[in-house]
Amino acid sequence: MGVVHGQEMVLNIGPQHPATHGVLRLQVKTDGEVISEITPYLGYLHRCFEKHCENVSYEQVIPFTDRCDYLASMTMNFGYVVAMEQLMDIKVNDRVEYIRVIMAELQRIASHLLATGVFGLDLGAFTPFLHMLRDRERIIDLFEMTCGARLLYNYMWVGGLSHDLPKGFVEATLKFLDYFEPKIDEFENLLGHNKIFVERTADIGIMPAEVAINYGVTGPNLRASGVNWDLRKDNPYSVYSKLDFNVPIGKGIKGTVGDSWDRFYVRLQEIRESVKIVRQAIDQLPKDGDVHQSMPKKIRPPKGSIYSRTESPRGDLGYYIESDGSDTPYRLKMRSPAFTALGVLNEIAGGWLMSDVLAILGSLDIVLGEIDR
Amino acid sequence: MTVDFIFEFLSGLLDGFISSNSLLIISMLVPCLAIFGFITVYALVVIYAELKVSSFIQDKVGPMGQGVGLHAGKWGLLQPIADALKLLLKEDIIPSSADKPLFILAPFMIFIGAFISFIAIPFGESIIVTDLNIGIFYILGVGSIAVLSLILAGWASNNKWSLYGGMRSAAQIVSYEIPAGLSLIVVIMLAGTLNMQDIIKYQAGGIFNWIIFDNPFVPIAFVVYFISAIAETNRTPFDLPESESELVAGFATEYSGMRYAFFFLSEYANMFVVSAVAAAGFLGGWHSPIQGFMDSPAWGVFWMINKTGFLIFVMIWLRWTLPRLRVDQLMNVCWKVFLPLALINIFGVAIWTVVFNS
Repeated sequence: MGVVHGQEMVLNIGPQHPATHGVLRLQVKTDGEVISEITPYLGYLHRCFEKHCENVSYEQVIPFTDRCDYLASMTMNFGYVVAMEQLMDIKVNDRVEYIRVIMAELQRIASHLLATGVFGLDLGAFTPFLHMLRDRERIIDLFEMTCGARLLYNYMWVGGLSHDLPKGFVEATLKFLDYFEPKIDEFENLLGHNKIFVERTADIGIMPAEVAINYGVTGPNLRASGVNWDLRKDNPYSVYSKLDFNVPIGKGIKGTVGDSWDRFYVRLQEIRESVKIVRQAIDQLPKDGDVHQSMPKKIRPPKGSIYSRTESPRGDLGYYIESDGSDTPYRLKMRSPAFTALGVLNEIAGGWLMSDVLAILGSLDIVLGEIDR
Repeated sequence: MTVDFIFEFLSGLLDGFISSNSLLIISMLVPCLAIFGFITVYALVVIYAELKVSSFIQDKVGPMGQGVGLHAGKWGLLQPIADALKLLLKEDIIPSSADKPLFILAPFMIFIGAFISFIAIPFGESIIVTDLNIGIFYILGVGSIAVLSLILAGWASNNKWSLYGGMRSAAQIVSYEIPAGLSLIVVIMLAGTLNMQDIIKYQAGGIFNWIIFDNPFVPIAFVVYFISAIAETNRTPFDLPESESELVAGFATEYSGMRYAFFFLSEYANMFVVSAVAAAGFLGGWHSPIQGFMDSPAWGVFWMINKTGFLIFVMIWLRWTLPRLRVDQLMNVCWKVFLPLALINIFGVAIWTVVFNS
């Protein structure tokens, strides 16, 4: 059957559009329902993060990192403090490390819950989204219990933490995990194995491993393409080397390796792994240790530079910090994993139907705050 | 309760006071107002049901409130009224580049389509506005007016999203009318009539005389009809014309306030019409499931409303459970699955009737 080509129409998806996960503008060329070319336009949420950092002291950078990826603030803090501690050669005690890992993994669960839930919402499934939001709320309650904030925590400080764990946190976390584990299966059955959901995601938006690597895509999006690459395993920081967990990769169960369903399923599996990590970290958590012990009085790193990367829920989160010996950074650069994920959109989504393009965009799990910075 | 009945009743009452022509107009207006009142009250109830059912499915409480003041009343009972008032009080916006006459016409047309379907829906043995001899055919026919309105709305808004919504709805509704119509042919074949009341009377005598239990092919026809009906009313998983996460609001993107309320009202009115046709055609209409049990004319209204209400509940249930299909998958399901199934059903029922019932 021949393909009928009509006149092309330029359509702006966004900046105000329910499926763009923030303020993103996709300029697409459409021929009926088929989309031939996608050009993302960024910068609607640009807040001069990197330039701001050059004018504030090192500890004042941490609240800015919160606001970059507002759905995973803990891991954003984590990446920055890991970089700073490497630059200043600070060794923090084990209690701090374990608390950081617990927080980062709880944050990963919360972030993946929102990512998978919103992905369902993009496909028209409203109920799983609200179920996810309900469970995410409990994690946020745990964070609120710890540091008082529900979204932007400013919890991890260079050389320590802002607060020690409050009384009852460990019990509350274990109670949450007991409640939460059956819910993952429920969610997998409700959305993941739904016939319509599989039809909409399997074999759609396939990202082969070499494309993912060439574009610098990292995190769950890369692992869904079948590449076993997780910084927690391959370049262990903090105490991840002492913890036992698997790195789920895409296997193409419902379709091809690297399709939208795989990206969804890898995130779901990572939630399970994170639950495992939190349980182990709580078991191994040292009873004593001052969380302010290694905190320097004045943060003034020696002249030099550092590039350090950690695994955020969206992928390799890199911080490049250059110090000139003063108490403000000379230059600070953040490598955003969501930015590279958005870069690959035209490659994997061009030529699909309109509904598919928005589904693929949802499966990449971008956060515009981090892309625009 | 037909128009003739009201006419005779009124002419007996007001004989000599008014001319018979104006009496005829009055006797036509009475059922119109009754239907309009019914649709309005029913829409408020179903909007409340939709809010509450979705809340229970999603593990939240939905509209709640106690006492007077700015609360939504006990258990949020006043929420649909507040919603309706909000829509009525909103500013009426017509985009400057829109095709004004068509833009204004579209919401009325969709409402007319839903509204005039109601006159052939039987609520009881004698409670029907006009007992047309082609009732079921008439409902299918006027139901198609909706698609014209959606195309008009999509085109006249002069908005790309609206245009997408309008084109999708044109393809979708026209396609799904075919399996829906073919499934109803099964009912017509069995009952041997197009008259709604006669179709229901054919199913008298308890649950096993309902057409759905007539032979093994009819349940399939019922499922095909019901799914096609959901597609015709543009509800999830078939809400492509207004899919909010893709097309913003589809054909309704530029509509607000009162005009949007008409689209909203028509969607719920259409849900009632298609469910009522399913209830009358397959589930015994106003007959009680057990012969002789609560089977008086007054209970007929109860059974009809409840059977329809149950089907509407199933629609709400599906909406809040399933994701949305893609536009080509939607067409595949219609042309490659439902259409062959509906045709096989017709042959199957015909053969079954000849072999077993003759």
